[in-house]
Parts: sequence; structure tokens; C-alpha cells
Amino acid sequence: MLKKLFFWIAVILIAMWFLTPIVMIFLAAFTPAEDYYNPHKIIPSHLTFEHLYKLLFLLDGWKSIIISVEVALIAIGLSFLIGLPAGYAMARYKFKGKRAINLTILLTRSIPLIVVAVPLIVIYMKVGLSDTVLGVALAHTAMILPFVVLITSSIFSGISVEYEEAGMVFGLTHFQSFVKITLPLALPGLAASAIYSFIMSWNEVFVASILTLTNRTLPAHILNTAMASPDYFKFAAGVMMAVPAMIFIFFTRKYLISMWGISLK
Amino acid sequence: MARVRIENLKKYFGEVKALDGITLDIEDGEFLVLLGPSGCGKTTLLRSVSGLESVTSGKIFFNDKDVTNLQPKDRNISMVFQSYAVWPHMKVRDNIGYPMKIKGHSKEEIERRVNWAANMLNISELLDRYPSQLSGGQRQRVAVARAIVLNPAVLLMDEPLSNLDALLRVKMRSELKKLQEELGVTTIYVTHDQVEAMTMGDRIAVMNRGKLQQVGTASEIYHKPVNMFVAGFIGSPQMNFLRAKTVSDGTKAILKGHGVDIPISSDPGLEEVVVGIRPEHIGLGKGEVSFEATVFFIEKLMSSTIIHSTLEDGKEIVSMIPGDHEFKNGEKVTMSFSTEKIHLFDPKTERRIEI
Repeated sequence: MLKKLFFWIAVILIAMWFLTPIVMIFLAAFTPAEDYYNPHKIIPSHLTFEHLYKLLFLLDGWKSIIISVEVALIAIGLSFLIGLPAGYAMARYKFKGKRAINLTILLTRSIPLIVVAVPLIVIYMKVGLSDTVLGVALAHTAMILPFVVLITSSIFSGISVEYEEAGMVFGLTHFQSFVKITLPLALPGLAASAIYSFIMSWNEVFVASILTLTNRTLPAHILNTAMASPDYFKFAAGVMMAVPAMIFIFFTRKYLISMWGISLK
Repeated sequence: MARVRIENLKKYFGEVKALDGITLDIEDGEFLVLLGPSGCGKTTLLRSVSGLESVTSGKIFFNDKDVTNLQPKDRNISMVFQSYAVWPHMKVRDNIGYPMKIKGHSKEEIERRVNWAANMLNISELLDRYPSQLSGGQRQRVAVARAIVLNPAVLLMDEPLSNLDALLRVKMRSELKKLQEELGVTTIYVTHDQVEAMTMGDRIAVMNRGKLQQVGTASEIYHKPVNMFVAGFIGSPQMNFLRAKTVSDGTKAILKGHGVDIPISSDPGLEEVVVGIRPEHIGLGKGEVSFEATVFFIEKLMSSTIIHSTLEDGKEIVSMIPGDHEFKNGEKVTMSFSTEKIHLFDPKTERRIEI
């Protein structure tokens, strides 16, 4: 009985640890300005969409949302175009230098993007990529690609090569067998890693702020505008950032866990 | 249906010679078993025939067509994989019908053949299930049904029974053999289990270290093993090998080794030979060649008793006698065998010597 009580106290404490800041951000984002600055009010008298509305339409938040989505989609497209075949090769073939490539991929993850960002902007200015959607997308591709290679390689290793060979024996070419047999089996994991990549790009702020001036992604735009605004704007901006990520993770949580589960093997 | 001819096939993985010059003819409709210990190259040979593995040199013919460089899909083969490889995202019906769908058969034709194949394997009531809802034995049947749904030129099986439990394995053994006879399809079957090889194969090809050791019927391989590897690999428990010196008087000879004297009717022509005698050919009591041995361990299978014993000089000898017998450890037992049951081998080349 006492054990059960402690268990529930622990559960509540841990839940509060994570939920309290989120609840407070959401609450503050929808609190009218006069309630927010009233020290005697914690629960607002009414909720308002005013801050969100201003952020989205007066401060051009919706434009940077579109840019964010564009950047993320291009980055995911490019990463999968290059990363999927690489991951497949890592999973299915033995070749010279495989370990070295694997280590190099891991190594790129250890270099902070901010270190690369400054030289990058110099190059971008020369080739005319600075302040463009494609420029940020390429930088994000560099960030996402190693992740895609490692994850898809572990997803493909989790699918028995005999499925694919059976396809080849029964009348498919190697490529057809990959498309018709292996790909459908890998799809849930690939979808989960695509969504995870989306969130990586969605949340990235440093590179996006340095590489652009006008075409800013949402986090870069928020950093630039909301930081100089009253607190409730900051919280409203936080909600705008958090909601899409939360929705995606909610729908793919099962696959995300299995995706990381596979990669832990 | 096809005759398969394999000519001097070689497959090297770097320094490792997985296949080291295999030449083998398989008759149309024959059930050939590739038998050998793990790593002997039998699976590599099967995969080379399927086309999943490219070869270093040599040729493979189906009838008189050279298929060495053809893709698997162009060879008209089918295969039962060790893990079954029944596609988990397709229902049983679609799994079996998929090879026909790829080749563009009509819906009615596919339906008819799928029902026929499912009927052959007794899985008609499972057609609308997914593989994850099936037991291992049922998945095995689906894999076989998929392999026979189109008349393949050659049916390849890679240890298909190794993942089944013992009872089911015995049952499937006879079923697969019967099915193959009914269809008359040329079959190459890989196994490391000599009981499977003996009971299923029209002929058995014994392999070791990338080389064919002997190809023959079960009886040929059991009664006339060409070398010590085949002699030791076939038969359970393993054949006893005794080194012996030849004492010859010109026509007849006596082989002396480990305190046992074996008279033979002709001179083997070597100073030293290896005498092989199978445990099941040794009996209790005195006989043509008798010896005394000290029991140190027995295994009672009830239908027979396996006696592990040592000769005077400590050489271990295993014998298997029918029936349920009781022995004490350390007990001295007189046993014997007949000279016509012995096999002679050259100790240097390990090859069989005919006498």
C-alpha cells in the first residue's frame, strides 16, 4: 500500500517536472497582457489568441513557417536521396573502408554546426546562396544526412536479406526486389526517421540565423523578433515552435521508439 | 525440368576457397542432396546455382543452356530458404501467387495454381492469413508452395527443415520427398543432417572444404566411402579408425594395431594402414576378430546400446549393439567384428584401399 503511494508520488513528481514548464508556456502564450503583468493572477480571466495572431500576421510569422517547411522538405529530400542508398550499402555489403566511413559519419556529428556556419556563409556569398532557402536547406542536409545514413542502415539490417533474395529468385531484378519487398517492410521506420529529420531541421536555429537575413526559418525569425518583445510574445512563439513537433511525435511515437530500438541493437 | 551440369566451378572469397573446382552432373528429375559440415561450401554451391552468388570461374548449364552469368530471375529456378523468407507484408495467397504475378499470368490462372499448390501442401485454409499468424511449420509449407507454384527447372532447398522441431522434421522429410517424386522436379537440397540426406536423396554429394568428396547413393557412400572424411562423416556414431602395421607373407596379411590382429586375404601393399570399422558392425562375444576392451561410458538408446571402451593401450573404441544392455564402468568386455566389414585407408592420402 505504502509502496503504491510512493510510486504514485514519484509518477506525479516526474510528470510535473516535465509538464509544468510546458503548461506555463501554453498558459502565458494565451494570457492577455494585463493579466500577465498582474502579480495576483496566475489563472488568466480569459484566453486570447491575440499574441499568436500578431506573431503570425503582423510580424510575418506565417512566412517563416512556410520557409521552415520548405527548408525541411528540401533537406529531407536530399538527405534521403543520398542517405538511403548509403544506408543500404552499409547494411548489405562488405567493402573496404566501411568502418572508416562509419566512423567518419559519426565524427561529423561531433563537429558543432556553428563552427561550420561562419566559413559556410563566406562560401555562400561567393556562390550566391546566402539568404536563400536552398542555402539553409543544404546546411541542414549536412546536419541530417549522417543521421539518415546511420538510421536507414540499421533499419535495413533489421530486414532479413533472404526476403530480398527470394524476390530475386522468383522473378525480380535486384532493384525491383528492393522497391517491392524491402522498401515496404522498411517504410514505417523510414517514415519515422523522415519525421525525426523534419523536427531536427524545424528546431535548428544557429545556422539558419547566420545564413539568412530576410528568408528566415521560424526559429531564426523568432530569435530575431520575439526576443525583443514582451514575454507573452516569447511564450506564444514557443507554442508555435512546439506544437508541430508535438503533433508529429504524438502520431509517430510507436515508430520512433522502434526506430531507436533497432539502432540500439 | 532440367538436367544440371556444373563444370569446374570455383568461388573464392579473397583467400578463402569456398568452392574449389566442383564438377557435378544432376539428372533431370533427380533429388540430389549436398551434404557436409558447416563451412564446407554446400550453401555457396547452391547459391551459385541460383545465381544469387556470382562465381569466380567455371560454368553452370541447365540442359545445354549456359546460365553461369544469368540473373536469378532468368534461370527459371525456385528456392526454399532456411528462414523460409515468406514475405511478411503479403497474405499467404499473395505470397504463393507472387512469382506468377511477376511473370504476368492471368488472375484466373494464378488463382487456379495457388489453390493447387496450397492443396498439395495442405494449407488451403490458411490462404487469407498473414505469415505472422502462422507457426514455423506452416510458414515452411507456404515457402514450399511458393516454390512449386510455377514449374521451376530446378528447385533449390537450403536446409529447409533445420528450423523445425524434431517430430515435424521427420514428417516433412517424407512429405517433401513424396512431393518431389510426384512433381518430378530436379531438386538440389542442402543439409548437414546425414539422416535427411540418406532418407531423401536419390544421390548424395558429400562436400568438405570446397571440394566434392564423393557422389553416390546412400548405400554406396555408407558401404564404400572413398576416403576417411566420408567414412567418418557418414554414420552415427562415427566410424572407429585404428592404425595398423601390415605383416605380410606374400599372399595373405595380418594387420596389427592397438593389440588387435586382423587377418586379411590380400596384401594391401602398404606398411601401415588405417582400419575403419563402424560401431554397429562390432558385436558382443568372440568372432572372427576378437578383442577385449574396458568399458568407461555407455549410452542407452533402449533400441540399442552404445559402448565407449578402451583397448589395452588406451585407444578408444565405440561400438553399438542392438538391444538394451547393462554394463558397469571398468567392466572388461569381449567384442568382435568380421573382416568383411572393415574399410582400409592409406594413412597418408586418407584414400580408400580396395582389397
